[in-house]
Amino acid sequence: MQRSWETIIGLEVHAQLATKAKVWCGCSTEFGAPPNTQTCPVCLGLPGALPVLNAQVVDFAIKAGLALGCRVNEKSVFARKNYFYPDLPKGYQISQYDLPLCEWGTIEIGTGDEMRAVRVRRIHIEEDAAKNLHGVGEGVSVIDYNRGGTPLIEIVSEPDLRSSAEAMEYFKSLRSILIYLGINDGNMEEGSLRCDANVSVRPRGETDLRTRAELKNLNSFKFLKDAIDYEAARQASAYEHGEAVVQETRLWDSAKGETRSLRTKEEANDYRYFPDPDLLPLEVPEARVAKVRETLPELPRAKAKRYAQEKGVAAADAVIIAGDPAFAAYFERCLEAYRDGKRLGKWFVGELARVLNEKVTSLATLKFSPADLAALLKLVDAGTISNSAAKDVFAEMVETGEEPRKIVERKGLAQVSDASAVEAAVDQVLAANPSEVEKYRAGKKNVIGFFVGQVMRAMKGRGNPGVVNDVLRRKLEG
Amino acid sequence: MSIETELLAGTIEGAAAALAGGATTSAKLTQAALERVAAVDPKLHAFLTIDEAGARGQAQASDARRAAGQSLGVLDGIPIALKDIFCTKGLATTCASKILEGWVPPYDATAWAKLEGAGAVNLGKLNMDEFAMGSSNENSAFGPVRNPWDLTRAPGGSSGGSAAAVSARLAFGALGTDTGGSIRQPAALTGLVGLKPTYGRVSRYGVIAFASSLDQVGPLARTVRDAAILLRAIAGHDPADSTSIPAPVPDYLADLEAGAKGLKLGVPREYFVEGVDPEVERAVRAAIEVYRSLGAQIREVSLPHTEFATATYYLVAPAEASSNLARYDGVRFGYRSPRAKGLLDMYRKTRAEGFGDEVKRRIMLGTYALSAGYYDAYYLRAQRVRTLIQRDFEAVFREVDALVTPTSPTAAFRLGEKIDDPLQMYLADVFTIPASLAGLPGMSLPCGFTASGLPIGMQLLGRVLDEAMLLRLARAYERETPWHARAPAV
Repeated sequence: MQRSWETIIGLEVHAQLATKAKVWCGCSTEFGAPPNTQTCPVCLGLPGALPVLNAQVVDFAIKAGLALGCRVNEKSVFARKNYFYPDLPKGYQISQYDLPLCEWGTIEIGTGDEMRAVRVRRIHIEEDAAKNLHGVGEGVSVIDYNRGGTPLIEIVSEPDLRSSAEAMEYFKSLRSILIYLGINDGNMEEGSLRCDANVSVRPRGETDLRTRAELKNLNSFKFLKDAIDYEAARQASAYEHGEAVVQETRLWDSAKGETRSLRTKEEANDYRYFPDPDLLPLEVPEARVAKVRETLPELPRAKAKRYAQEKGVAAADAVIIAGDPAFAAYFERCLEAYRDGKRLGKWFVGELARVLNEKVTSLATLKFSPADLAALLKLVDAGTISNSAAKDVFAEMVETGEEPRKIVERKGLAQVSDASAVEAAVDQVLAANPSEVEKYRAGKKNVIGFFVGQVMRAMKGRGNPGVVNDVLRRKLEG
Repeated sequence: MSIETELLAGTIEGAAAALAGGATTSAKLTQAALERVAAVDPKLHAFLTIDEAGARGQAQASDARRAAGQSLGVLDGIPIALKDIFCTKGLATTCASKILEGWVPPYDATAWAKLEGAGAVNLGKLNMDEFAMGSSNENSAFGPVRNPWDLTRAPGGSSGGSAAAVSARLAFGALGTDTGGSIRQPAALTGLVGLKPTYGRVSRYGVIAFASSLDQVGPLARTVRDAAILLRAIAGHDPADSTSIPAPVPDYLADLEAGAKGLKLGVPREYFVEGVDPEVERAVRAAIEVYRSLGAQIREVSLPHTEFATATYYLVAPAEASSNLARYDGVRFGYRSPRAKGLLDMYRKTRAEGFGDEVKRRIMLGTYALSAGYYDAYYLRAQRVRTLIQRDFEAVFREVDALVTPTSPTAAFRLGEKIDDPLQMYLADVFTIPASLAGLPGMSLPCGFTASGLPIGMQLLGRVLDEAMLLRLARAYERETPWHARAPAV
């Protein structure tokens, strides 16, 4: 039954901007300082304190807007979002409401025929809240105001996403862009990048949107995917059982693997937004936008296209490689020493990414150089070692940083391509298996696979498969 | 009578000359002021905090500077006092609210920092209506202020303590704040010069917010020249206040004596209507004749949207206040109800017990005006009317240099007279509110007395950033009239 339901998803992503100072005061934004050491009258909301906009925040937000192809509004307005909570010192959050800084951009997901542009409705500037820490003592909660007033941009998509996989891809793509721009560190564990998902379902073919739930606490790609899958199934099941889906905010419980209601629409705050009278409307002249535009780096999608078109990298590989600025930079260094982009790309996405992942290490700490990696691939190209041997050599390079040629020599991994050495092994195998030889000669040609295996075993895996094949055929058919 | 007592009854300029000439010291002057506060203030209750030690320290520092030949100028060593809405580092600041009782700010308001930088001595913090909400000073959580001219009457509000202290010769001048008339109305009711500068002329940083788009800092003084001296010290752009105007500050004393000849004065007919006490109207009309005799051209003008100003103000100001006062939640500073159980209960009880009735009334008004479904009808419409009121002024200021009106419809009213009728109280500011909504400078100065001996104030309104014009006109009138020299017999 579930297959007849379509999932509709829109994402709201909160990205802390990597400015040194907070958005309304000069306090440091550095993560991990002792509690309440990075505060002042302004970010503590003391009586009489007033906000002053950090200009770098605006430039960073413009950068994000331009990278997503948004229109940057010449005039935008800071508004107060009023609600009571201990992590919100002023009793309101300064945000942007009906006039955000950036509007209407797109983020590409998928490749080739599958490529889609997901619409971004708006990007606005706001301030982060402080951090409540519960259960410090019995019935005691404490607050660390260090995070309060850290600049955020909220990037809101249209409900254009149709599966948890698409949502994840969108989020990954956005994360990659923000990291490229140098305006966010992409760290979801520390909460500098956070995501809420608006999820609804409808029978396939229906065009109107149904009631949505807003999912919170999705602080990893996996949680995002799992929460959407759970929630879509929950809503579909509700409709199938004739129950209603209510508009509400739901919290993802990763331990239980379920979403649960936090508050319904009726319980929701009336935020009483109004323009913040402490701040003038934000005016961004075209010249300022142009200046920021000059600082834009090549973005991941453009880079991926360039890799595919100019270097022959497979489109899907190119997206993955270009997705991470450090990875892409390393790829380009390797390309200087090894021209076959397609093969290099495969190796990056396969072996290198796996190693980085498994060893939880970074490119910066690799013990070998791009030239070594190029040398390794050249050994395969030259037929000196097999592809599978190359993987062993690579594992050694990761561990020791030793040059690939030396590893090959030391471990005796070089392929035997010398026909006479292969012939000896072939002769031995054919002599030991007369009945199989008969079968082959009677027309059962696929027995060749058996012989290749036997010969390779006899040669301890070092026979050049091409040469082995050639010699076998010649002997069997001759 | 000691020379200090004599000086205390005079002006900043007079005291500054005595200090400069070595006739007295700031320490002696400050001591005399503190003694007079101790003797007189129990009758007035103008002070919420008297900072004897701080004042003596500042006075000694001033005398040391002077002895070293490094006097900071006319304000160096002059005892003044501050409305208790200005944050003062290390000195309790309450905004006359129980919710802030005992709170000691870790920083100084810019306006005070500037005065301090000019050498002024702060005697202490002055009583006011709680969070500057009121027109009689009866809304102070710590009890009302009495008018030095008649102790049964209100000094006006919300800067009632500032007005009473300066009028009663406890301090040479004081800083107040004016959101809808809170400097001008008490100045009028106590026989003082009170100036509300153009919105953004003086920094609001460190001034506890009531209505951020209206709040403005200004001086209360006994003479026009003293007001100009104080304004010159506190005006100017402050990078810490995004709404402060980045325009240079003129020397407000430079053209002060230039007279009224040839200037065009508008008399808006909407300010001479039923409800204005005949004695007040007579005094203001007489003042207009003085201007005519000084060579000013007088013409009647119209500000047609005046009648909507009070209603507009009571949507805009409470709306902003409802948000500004959200930070008094018992979490980080100030009062927290000891009876509260749990977070929501803490908010409710802290605010229910910590705020006074008028503050609660305005928080509710403002919350309502901003609520979903009412925003367009109330807040947004009020903002549109505000624009219309601004345009009224823009139009007349193409014709005239300044406007002359009564400051308040009546002279000082009795304590308790209006306290149970908020609407009557709100109408006390009917003539001061329009200029606040338009962000324009306004000034009150003494223009006579009622038969029963209560001061009457007239209001001058001017163009954006044209405080110099108001001061010049006020000085021209002051030179011709004796009112400012009269002191209450308290």
